[in-house]
Amino acid sequence: MNALKKLFGGNTRQFGMIFALVALIVFFQFATDGRTLTPGNVINLFNGNSYILILAIGMVLVIIAGHIDLSVGSVAAFVGVTVALAIRDWGIPWYAGILLGLGLGVLIGAWQGFWTAYVGIPAFIVTLAGMLLFRGFNQFVGKSNTIPVPADFQYIGSGYLPEVGPNTGFNNLTLLLGLLGVAFVVFSELRARRTAKALGAEVPEGWVMGTKLALVCGAILYATYLFATGRPGTSFPIPGLILAVLVLVYGFISSKTVVGRHVYAVGGNRHAAELSGVQSKKVNFLVMMNMAILAGLAGMIFVGRSTASGPFDGVGWELDAIAAVFIGGAAVTGGVGTVIGSIVGGLVMAVLNNGLQLLGVGADLTQIIKGLVLLIAVAFDVYNKSQGKRSIIGLLTQNFNRPSGGAPLQPDEVTSTKETIAREA
Amino acid sequence: MTSENTHKDPVILEMRSITKEFPGVKALADVNLRVKAGEIHAICGENGAGKSTLMKVLSGVYPFGTYTGDIVYQAEVQQFKDIRASEHAGIVIIHQELALIPELSITENIFLGNEPVKRGVIDWAEARTRTRELLARVGLREDPDTPIKEIGVGKQQLVEIAKALNKSVKLLILDEPTAALNESDSQHLLDLILGLKGRGITSIIISHKLNEIEQIADSITIIRDGKSIETLDVKADGVDEDRIIKGMVGRTLESRFPDHEPKIGEVLFEVKNWTVGHPQVQDRLVCKGSNFFVRRGEIVGFAGLMGAGRTELARSVFGRSYGRFITGSIYKNGKELHLKSVKQAIDAGLGYVTEDRKSLGLNLLDDIKTTTVSAALHKISKHFVVDANKEFTVAEQYRKSLRTKTPSVEEGVAKLSGGNQQKVVLAKWMFTDPDLLILDEPTRGIDVGAKYEIYGIIQQLANQGKGVIVISSELPELLGLSDRIYTIFEGAITGVLNKDEASQESLMKLMTSARKAAA
Repeated sequence: MNALKKLFGGNTRQFGMIFALVALIVFFQFATDGRTLTPGNVINLFNGNSYILILAIGMVLVIIAGHIDLSVGSVAAFVGVTVALAIRDWGIPWYAGILLGLGLGVLIGAWQGFWTAYVGIPAFIVTLAGMLLFRGFNQFVGKSNTIPVPADFQYIGSGYLPEVGPNTGFNNLTLLLGLLGVAFVVFSELRARRTAKALGAEVPEGWVMGTKLALVCGAILYATYLFATGRPGTSFPIPGLILAVLVLVYGFISSKTVVGRHVYAVGGNRHAAELSGVQSKKVNFLVMMNMAILAGLAGMIFVGRSTASGPFDGVGWELDAIAAVFIGGAAVTGGVGTVIGSIVGGLVMAVLNNGLQLLGVGADLTQIIKGLVLLIAVAFDVYNKSQGKRSIIGLLTQNFNRPSGGAPLQPDEVTSTKETIAREA
Repeated sequence: MTSENTHKDPVILEMRSITKEFPGVKALADVNLRVKAGEIHAICGENGAGKSTLMKVLSGVYPFGTYTGDIVYQAEVQQFKDIRASEHAGIVIIHQELALIPELSITENIFLGNEPVKRGVIDWAEARTRTRELLARVGLREDPDTPIKEIGVGKQQLVEIAKALNKSVKLLILDEPTAALNESDSQHLLDLILGLKGRGITSIIISHKLNEIEQIADSITIIRDGKSIETLDVKADGVDEDRIIKGMVGRTLESRFPDHEPKIGEVLFEVKNWTVGHPQVQDRLVCKGSNFFVRRGEIVGFAGLMGAGRTELARSVFGRSYGRFITGSIYKNGKELHLKSVKQAIDAGLGYVTEDRKSLGLNLLDDIKTTTVSAALHKISKHFVVDANKEFTVAEQYRKSLRTKTPSVEEGVAKLSGGNQQKVVLAKWMFTDPDLLILDEPTRGIDVGAKYEIYGIIQQLANQGKGVIVISSELPELLGLSDRIYTIFEGAITGVLNKDEASQESLMKLMTSARKAAA
């Protein structure tokens, strides 16, 4: 257990979610007699959930900043129908349609960001209004009709990497992508280790890193194999590619840039952030706007996939995205959460959905199970916190952990009481 | 020590050797309090002396069993297990922060939790009639249906008392009842307390305003550092403000400050005619035309009781982060600055370390290195990308130079002790490289050893030619640290004393009254 913890870092929650995801996949693989990890099913799983995962990326930032966005489904639908109409009626090309959709996302985001950040209306209310507003716009603009989109636009929602180069029996671009992924993981891990060493920070033992790299690279290569060996004409899906790029970009923004730092700071303690010079209104405006842009993108991908825009696109998406974020370890109070965690959370829900479907479980039972999973995942988190941030796994393994310099819990309690007295007296 | 004539007057309350410990801290040690029936008994002491803790023990907020010692009330040993139990016995406490619900009416507030019921339904007619009687008794002319939020703080205080009267109070405890009131409201409240005394209600009053205590109290118990020092009989002992101050501060100054040779230069920072309004209350001022300046290499103290407007002054100067700006100008090196946001203030070379470390100073979810760089991210980033190596190096450098006790800079700040948290906050502001650093209660909740180190850091900053403002409730700290001390009372600067002319008594006098100092 201790070794496992070392492998995945000290964050037991994230470790728990990855562990749960792997366990789920293994379970369904056996329960469905191997129908889970087939190329066709995995491709399907990505195609059918990429838009929710894209929403989860935006949603985790909103939730880290301490807000929530209920309007994403309606925004996605409104952007989808507008773009579909523009392509059909004005004859604009597919790329102009995408730009139009993103631009519309900017406008909608500015609207919601204005009310949330500058007027100070809770995002819950602003986006609840937005949910009604943009659903209405969708049905008004599209006259509640289904509006088809041309094949070139469908490519962003249902396309695959093309076949190029020599016939290797695999999809060559998918292979290339997988190898690039492996190279990237190995390179960044080695570089992080080298700088950490140079700075005199603690680095894990060599075998820990080796095993971690082997596991992660093995997973990537296996996924590559699955995607590259699908039925002819299929390979790594375009929505998956868009998602992968977004995960990299937003993972980088949230953890490595000034803006990302500010989002966490505002969500963690808005007053402290403001007294450190963070312009919290601007930050809140930006996360709300970003969410709407990503919602627009998700809407367009969905329209591309389903070949047409309809009046009920995106119904209930906000709840799936929010669930993914919370399963992925974000805190309702803000300040906590990661992009990658939310993706894992979203995949847990997706695999659950898919596996239950393969098993022939009805929609009723599926919903019950998903509801319970969400509740239990968050209950686990709340329980951890009430236990002084030690998880069940932590409790089981605490005797094996070396006493790490004795982080002083006791003095902290003393001071806090002292401070309380000082304040009260 | 205690007055001798207690056998004549019946004693309503006696608290005998009350000791209350929190993990690691003795908040009250062997405190004795003896209150005669029908008197007004004042409890005096510095911030943090243990006054409020004692009242919480009495009113059952800290239930029987969590303290040692006896509470004898109306000749019986009491074991209050919660506030309801003490209220049932006729002891009602009115806290500094009023416990009224703004959206509810006066009647609804007075009868909250105590509603008159007729056949299972609340009898509002009855409640309103009784409210009218109660309001008449406290001299408040308001419609019983007026929502609480529509009446001022002074009137709300009266509603609290009416609520207490409704519970047939015998012993009324008022914690800083006039702290938020203006002069005429305060006077009305004091008259009312005297009136209640005429009707046989005993009061215990905690107040920092010594003139008020002198005016209405019959006896005064002084508490210092969690111990009861003495009980004075106002009439018999001829007590005046100076006598109370002597009791409150009567400890000797230990040598607990590092040696320091000030190298004071020209004026670095000056604030003129600074007036700021309360953020919510329309015509209340928190700063009233304040003027002050800080020279290079100078440590300037700001003394004032809690609520005097020290923090409000500091925060409003720091990029208008508190209150409504009304008038005033800020000069640095003789040039006027226009600081409308915290960012502008930081860019102009100001830093502010808050008194409320946990709710305003730190993001408790962060680790040490993230916190250290959080106010000056631009210094370690290129094209808006944070350089994690620089971040680590900077944090490590401050960990070493400030001797922060932590296994690593990747440790969460929530896990650190108060003293080490404060060092991290200091590091954060030192990294912004300010010319003027404002420290609001820099040693609150910090043990003696860490205090000494923080004093050393403060002096080091001054030696580097920076200006430092220290706001503190601990007068010995200000006297030991500052080169010059301003005093604040009710939002106005009432005086300024040089190090050699300041004493605890002279400061306390300026802090408790609007009298201008001859200095």
